Amino acid sequence: MIPEFEKFKGFKAKSMPKEELLAPGHRACQGCGEVLALRMVMKALGKDVIVCNATGCMEIITSPYPHTAWNVPWIHVAFENAAAVASGVESARKVLKRKKKIPKKHVDILAVGGDGATGDIGLQWISGAMERGHDFLYVCLDNEAYMNTGVQRSGCTPYGAMTTTSPPGKKSFGQVTWKKNIPAIMVAHNIPYVATASPAYFLDLMNKVKKAALVKGPAYVHIFSPCPTGWGSAGERSIEFARLAVETKVFPLYEVIEGRYIMSRKIKKAKPVTEYLKGQRRFRHLDEAHIDYIQKRVDAEYEKLLRLSEMT
Amino acid sequence: MSKRVGIEVSIAISEAVGLARAEVIPAYPITPQTHIVEHLSEMVANGQLDAEFVPVESEHAAMSCCCGAAAAGARVFTSSSSQGLSLMSEVLYIPSTMRIPMVMVVANRALSAPISIWNDHQDIMVQRDIGWIQTFAENGQEAVDLTIHAFKVAENRNVSLPMIVNIDGFTLSHVIEPIELPDQEDVDKYLPPFKPRYKLDPRRPITMGPVGIPEVYTEAKMAHDMAIKNSKRYILKAWKEFEEVFGRKYEPIDTYRTEDAEVLLVGMGSICETAMTAVDQMRDNGQKVGLLKIRLWRPFPAQEFRKAVGKTKILAVIDRCLPPGAVCGPVGAELRSMFYKIPGSPKIFSFVAGLGGRDVTVSRFEEMVDKARAFAKKRPRELYQVIGVREK
Amino acid sequence: MANSDAIVGWKTITFGCHILEPGNSANFRTGDWRSQRPVTDKEKCIKCGMCWIFCPDMTYKQDEEGYFEADMEYCKGCGICAHECPKDAITMVPEEG
Ligand SMILES: Cc1ncc(C[n+]2csc(CCOP(=O)(O)OP(=O)(O)O)c2C)c(N)n1
Ligand code: SF4
Ligand code: SF4
Ligand code: SF4
Ligand SMILES: [Mg+2]
Repeated sequence: MIPEFEKFKGFKAKSMPKEELLAPGHRACQGCGEVLALRMVMKALGKDVIVCNATGCMEIITSPYPHTAWNVPWIHVAFENAAAVASGVESARKVLKRKKKIPKKHVDILAVGGDGATGDIGLQWISGAMERGHDFLYVCLDNEAYMNTGVQRSGCTPYGAMTTTSPPGKKSFGQVTWKKNIPAIMVAHNIPYVATASPAYFLDLMNKVKKAALVKGPAYVHIFSPCPTGWGSAGERSIEFARLAVETKVFPLYEVIEGRYIMSRKIKKAKPVTEYLKGQRRFRHLDEAHIDYIQKRVDAEYEKLLRLSEMT
Repeated sequence: MSKRVGIEVSIAISEAVGLARAEVIPAYPITPQTHIVEHLSEMVANGQLDAEFVPVESEHAAMSCCCGAAAAGARVFTSSSSQGLSLMSEVLYIPSTMRIPMVMVVANRALSAPISIWNDHQDIMVQRDIGWIQTFAENGQEAVDLTIHAFKVAENRNVSLPMIVNIDGFTLSHVIEPIELPDQEDVDKYLPPFKPRYKLDPRRPITMGPVGIPEVYTEAKMAHDMAIKNSKRYILKAWKEFEEVFGRKYEPIDTYRTEDAEVLLVGMGSICETAMTAVDQMRDNGQKVGLLKIRLWRPFPAQEFRKAVGKTKILAVIDRCLPPGAVCGPVGAELRSMFYKIPGSPKIFSFVAGLGGRDVTVSRFEEMVDKARAFAKKRPRELYQVIGVREK
Repeated sequence: MANSDAIVGWKTITFGCHILEPGNSANFRTGDWRSQRPVTDKEKCIKCGMCWIFCPDMTYKQDEEGYFEADMEYCKGCGICAHECPKDAITMVPEEG
């Protein structure tokens, strides 16, 4: 087990940190699940953190000059390279501490990006940083498309979903590929901590983020982030969809601690995927055959995960 | 005491970076820059230099890592060439407008295709507008001195800009030269520890790299432009202090036998050494020829350049870069626009030479001077000439 | 996006375009994006704080009595709080005009 986890008791709903590290007045759409997830991430981390943000919705909506929503030190350089920027921050702090130029006090280093920044264009930078073993955490806020540029498909866009570059038509039914498994790619880097999380399970999310920060070396948390604008869903239902994704096994919650898979929430009686799919315009065009395929594949993927958790 | 040693220029540059006490060195190998970072990694490994050497997975990551490290308050160095510099390109524009200082040595090399590891200035000329301060070194001693100077300038709180020292790949990077390596004490005296104006620090949270809406973008760019223009006085000041401490004098534009010259060759980097030999020979033959060396490329020292030209009426400008479809090479274009419609300004002829490792021999310089004289009498049809290119 | 705070000159723009005042987005009122507002029925409220936790716009503050109240300067009217309230204590009411 990881020694740093021993002292950590976990967050409690009754005694949640009051401090908002992300200020109101940010420009996210109404009911944005991504900024809500980010708010929870920041609550878990507290103020002793340096944030390296990839280009994307969260960067844009929190930093239109001269306004910033950030109450912590924050840097944005470009789209694909947040993990490399974080490598630099971490390396600098390491040497500056050694040379006694900055206080010894530990400061968490957070690199954060969307699913595009993480799983597509930035994969190499993240892989490099993970492989080199920098002491930082990477959080992917997965809203399942390139939202900032107007809802284009990414490797994390789910099967069948309509986006502006995976439009259904006479010869197409939307996204033709299955969601890329980024957490598995992270696990393959042999890093000490990988987890998936959902803002609907906020204590679980915050505990995982805190553990990712506590662990020495690189850690990765993949957070499901409903986007009403991109999904064509009602803003008020963002948390509901985040919950449904877990209850239908579409987005399972688990941790991988030093290679061992641990299910955070075993779904015994799963709801049918249709519960999750309906109410989102991006899935509206799907016919029964497609939904059937999604149901089978979701079940199969969940089984694989269960087997991994039993094996390890 | 400073010591004079026979040493490969790349190794001497690493030693200079060590003397400057660089703290974070993110780097990725590429010929002909590799020896610089290999030696730095060795220096870190054997404890000679207390720094973090970050063996990143690409040049884009190297530059990104540099941004993070310098923003967090460390003294940062990296080095690259050619394809690597091009891969960095997206990031290069960012620390300069964000006023994040760092130093990079670029071992200049041709760009693909065809792939070529040999020297010219194509790699840096396509990065002309990244908003970094840029100098060109002529020899190994200069490479060492300009590297130390670069930290001093970049980190000056009134400057706070990233800076590139260009050295010619192979013709400079890989040669062994007698070089005076400065004394650590003198370097420490010259170069105080890095104290950034702003840095990423939870004790004083700031937001770096926000969105520039149309109301602010122009102002942000103008502020950057003025910062790099104003940096010239600090560049000159740092050279003056350099002379006081180390005894070697540097200026933005170097002149060689320019007095009463009818034709001036204009070059930058290591070809100036051959150009000086050519000037000597032409002078021996009674030709009134001289040489101008551009040491400071960005900000362009227009005033110093005009002064250096003096009354000379013909300039033969050498570009080590061929921008296809353009009216001429970037140095030629710069000088032409600078002198445009200024009364009494010289006639400027643009030559492209020394691409992809092609030697520029003494006779080639003579050819350029002859052509420039002929063109001054009868304007050529082309706006520039490629020197030493075979037709068949 | 017209923004009068953003009218700066090149001489007065902050160094490196950094924003030096943390969290000053709070000066920007997002409340006028709203077409409906949450109204809490204190009779039903059990002070569980779910509305506070699930608000993407950090609008809720707890008062001395322990009730959570949304700041209309920022509330965008998304309705998450009403949707997630376990006691159905929050009603979304249309904004007038
Ligand atoms: C090198 C580069 N390519 C493309 C873009 C354009 N771009 C900016 S953000 C973005 C999509 C971001 O998607 P994601 O990472 O999923 O974040 P989201 O906006 O969905 O939160 C794209 C394509 C860019 N800024 N830089
Ligand atoms: S587009 Fe989606 S992720 Fe982006 S701010 Fe709007 S709701 Fe949030
Ligand atoms: S969620 Fe409902 S019950 Fe809970 S504190 Fe808010 S209003 Fe009260
Ligand atoms: S309606 Fe939305 S923005 Fe307004 S208080 Fe409720 S959750 Fe927050
Ligand atoms: Mg996305």
